[in-house]
Amino acid sequence: MSIKAVHLLFITLATLLALGFGVWCVQFQPAGNRALYVGLGAVSFAAAAGLVAYGVWFIRKLKREGML
Amino acid sequence: MTVEIPYGVQERPDTGLWNAKLGMWLFLASEVMLFGGLFASYATLRTYAPDWPKGSDFQNIPLGTFNTAVLITSSITMVMGWASLVMGQFGKFRLYMGLTLLLGVLFLGIKATEYRGKFEHYGVTLADGTVVTGHVESQDASRVVLLPDAKGGAAHEPMTLARSQIKRMIVFGPWYNTYLALYFTLTGLHALHLLAGVLVNLYLWGPGSRMWQREPERFTHRVECAGLFWHFVDLVWIFLFPILYLL
Repeated sequence: MSIKAVHLLFITLATLLALGFGVWCVQFQPAGNRALYVGLGAVSFAAAAGLVAYGVWFIRKLKREGML
Repeated sequence: MTVEIPYGVQERPDTGLWNAKLGMWLFLASEVMLFGGLFASYATLRTYAPDWPKGSDFQNIPLGTFNTAVLITSSITMVMGWASLVMGQFGKFRLYMGLTLLLGVLFLGIKATEYRGKFEHYGVTLADGTVVTGHVESQDASRVVLLPDAKGGAAHEPMTLARSQIKRMIVFGPWYNTYLALYFTLTGLHALHLLAGVLVNLYLWGPGSRMWQREPERFTHRVECAGLFWHFVDLVWIFLFPILYLL
């Protein structure tokens, strides 16, 4: 397994973590500081979307450079 | 007479691997067993514990989240460094590897800050059985001034406690409870791995990069091996963060 495959697996898991953390922030946040955690959740969902976009860009880059 | 070791650069036809990559994967398999044993210990201890604290009662979630983002970004810069070498762009490799190093050091610095916070935090059991947790602002032979943790966003004023009121006072070290023992063991071992990765990357970024002039393909393979290790360490954190901070 090359670093390319490991990296894509890592990005997939990081995306799932970002989504899970977003849900945790909205649903299960500690008492108090609700605004902070809702904000963190929003950033986390945005990060998940960013990671998906990055993953797609990475695959395209590998194809473009003949590395896939 | 020189003897050339086969498959140092070229892939072996039957395994599809060159020597160093095979060695790295065998090493990573042993690492999976090491961390797997510790994760299994965590699951067993937690399953059979009569009650288990929330990670958020002990951890600074925003700081831990920022550190997770730092580590994820470092994996991206690491793979970009390797890809730069494949494309023959040594200057870009130095830039991306330098960024990976900085992010690795930043993660360790934040982790050290978190550890320091734990060792300034106390669980105080009062004579009436009440347990108060918080940072010690000051203390002397007769009294302790404690800044208790805010519960539910409530304002927290410093508490002055006479020594005679205090039955037990323990710092949030690994001996405080099973959760913190696991936290320090797992994150400590992870931090040691990250430190090892930083040292290897520092070598490849600095003196080790001279190999690029002589044997570019072999140097690229070395960076790929370092990248595999770096990804493994980051992958461990992807599992550590939710189990220690969120659940």
